[in-house]
Amino acid sequence: MKLKKSDKIPPIKPSKRLTNDQRISMFRFMLQAREFDLAMQRLNRQGRAFGGVYSQTGNEASSVGSAFALGEKDVLFPMHRNIGGHFVFGQDLNTLMLAFLAREGSLMRGTDGTGHYADVNKRIYGNISHLGAMIPVAAGFVLASKMRGENVVSMTYIGDGGSQTGEFHEGMNFASVQKLPFILIIENNQYAYSSPNSVEFACKHLSDRALGYGCHGETIDGTDVEIVYDACWKAAERARRGEGPSIIETVTMRMRGHAEHDDFSYVPREELEYWQKRDPIDRYQNFLLEKKILTMDDITAMRTTLIEEIRAAIDYAVELPFPPAEEGLKGVFVD
Amino acid sequence: MFCFSLPMIKIVGYVFDSQLSYNSTMAQLTYLEAIADALRFEMRRDERVFMMGEDIATYGGAFKLTKNFHEEFGRQRVLDCPISEAAIVGAAIGAALNGMRPVAEMQFMDFVTCGFNQIVNVAGTTAYRWGLGVPMVVRGPSGGGVGANPFHSRNSEAWFAHASGVKVVCPAFPADAKGLMIASIRDNNPVVFYEHKGLYRKIKEEVPEGEYIVPLGKANVIREGKDMSIICYGSAVHFALAAAEELSKEGVSVEVVDIRTLVPFDEETVLASARKTNRVLIAHEASLTAGFGGEIAARIAEKAFEYLDAPILRVAGYDAPTPFAPTLEKAVLPNAEKVLMAARKLMEY
Ligand SMILES: Cc1ncc(C[n+]2csc(CCOP(=O)(O)OP(=O)(O)O)c2C)c(N)n1
Ligand SMILES: [Mg+2]
Repeated sequence: MKLKKSDKIPPIKPSKRLTNDQRISMFRFMLQAREFDLAMQRLNRQGRAFGGVYSQTGNEASSVGSAFALGEKDVLFPMHRNIGGHFVFGQDLNTLMLAFLAREGSLMRGTDGTGHYADVNKRIYGNISHLGAMIPVAAGFVLASKMRGENVVSMTYIGDGGSQTGEFHEGMNFASVQKLPFILIIENNQYAYSSPNSVEFACKHLSDRALGYGCHGETIDGTDVEIVYDACWKAAERARRGEGPSIIETVTMRMRGHAEHDDFSYVPREELEYWQKRDPIDRYQNFLLEKKILTMDDITAMRTTLIEEIRAAIDYAVELPFPPAEEGLKGVFVD
Repeated sequence: MFCFSLPMIKIVGYVFDSQLSYNSTMAQLTYLEAIADALRFEMRRDERVFMMGEDIATYGGAFKLTKNFHEEFGRQRVLDCPISEAAIVGAAIGAALNGMRPVAEMQFMDFVTCGFNQIVNVAGTTAYRWGLGVPMVVRGPSGGGVGANPFHSRNSEAWFAHASGVKVVCPAFPADAKGLMIASIRDNNPVVFYEHKGLYRKIKEEVPEGEYIVPLGKANVIREGKDMSIICYGSAVHFALAAAEELSKEGVSVEVVDIRTLVPFDEETVLASARKTNRVLIAHEASLTAGFGGEIAARIAEKAFEYLDAPILRVAGYDAPTPFAPTLEKAVLPNAEKVLMAARKLMEY
């Protein structure tokens, strides 16, 4: 992404739809996502978290603002940098930690890890690793709702890299043809593993593709949680009115490597510095302080509580054994 | 567009054994009509059942299998879809996760490759990872022998048998096609259902009306015999029956076992037959190498080796795409004659 000369950080654009309580709630989820990330990075360094640890730092506004805009019956298909959405949808830390650390009691019995689980009661359906695959699935989920006359919206995510898959195209076209109440958030965090946008696509904005599908598309600042919330709220409203899907491209930055093994030395330092100044949490914190919605003491207390809760969940999970080996030989089919 | 024409290869005549016992009324149906009958029956019975596919509503499907369906069930439940196999299968999975029981048609089973990722990686892992069922059927015409080409003739069932988490069904008869289709729709797991296009209008038999279920995972001993077993499925069952008829004239008593479903695989019935006749020939239309016949042979070798009087033989497609010209196609695909020759060789051992 070409960096603009101006180093001025635009102020948060407040949404008319949010109460201050909701703002505090969103901020708390964003902080929780960030702290969860930091905790996972620590566990990884200590050799206690295995598999990939995919940081979502930089993605808090996109993930939380979008999920927060959904309603009580809506469903979320989060991807690998959307831990914030799991929190918004009410997932508790112990459940998450058991899944991430593959301990006995994990919703996936240890068959898979990270946020790949499904929790039907919480309306969370995790991803498979294959990028793009969840787009038609999330669309089909609400095809069923629509057939039954239920007004349910589904939302899933894709990256600036994953948007180049065939299933992105097939899924978005299908959802548009069927006018499904479906929202696709394209999180353009500048990199797909080591590949910058210039390796991935040649169009100006990924949301321009909406024109080709005949659905709504827009590109927004993905570091301003209120802008994200507003755009997604409107997308959900359109979806409920039967106006079909939306593609919302949230522009942000992946502030760490693809996963923890990656030192992201291919990212120019100036680029990181540019985005560091647009850190979604810092931006929102400044806004909340300025508007006197929270004090620094409130925020410190909030962070301390979140850190303690996460630590407690880790302590709980690491003490538990891995699932018994026989679990691996069960459940390939359901009855 | 490839047009279905009458089969170019002559069928060897044989008499159908009355393979099933049931009390309900019967109708003479073709293989294609029996499948349509099953779909119609399930859609009438259960409003969660709906169909997705290309040209299935207005046009009634490339083979007219769903002709007039939309008039009875409406266009929402007989959903004409864009040419997007991944989206069709993927959306079917999403709908299945949300309480529906979709049946996704591949216009030709060859094009299932374009939805492969969804079937194998999404549907096939969902039970194991989430403990949730994906009650979806992916069905369509497969197989060669009809003068199609490499892209309208594929027998890809072994790919899905290898995937883990996907059931695989390959009926050979109209009644089985109906009973297995109803069982597949009612199954809570993803099922890939291979219809053989060469059989669609070629065979007719008595098919029970109304509810008729053939459970998945039950092989059928179509013809009892004592000198050798032919283990087969799909079109190869008909080659085996024709060969068995011929061999009976030569005084050889052949047992024909139609496994009907690859996953689940009815190992017990197959092993029992091998132990009884002591000679085994395996036949399928799909190509030989890494075909499902290899798996059947391995199971028999592992579990019934000491009963065998001869090595297990296989008759299968030559390891090549299915060619277009009738002469070439005949060389590549198995037929009754090739089965007969292999069976004679097996008896001579
Ligand atoms: C179909 C597919 N190909 C390759 C991969 C391996 N892979 C996992 S994440 C990733 C980069 C994804 O980049 P992007 O879509 O921009 O999402 P981000 O990780 O930046 O959020 C790759 C190549 C995959 N998971 N799926
Ligand atoms: Mg990216």
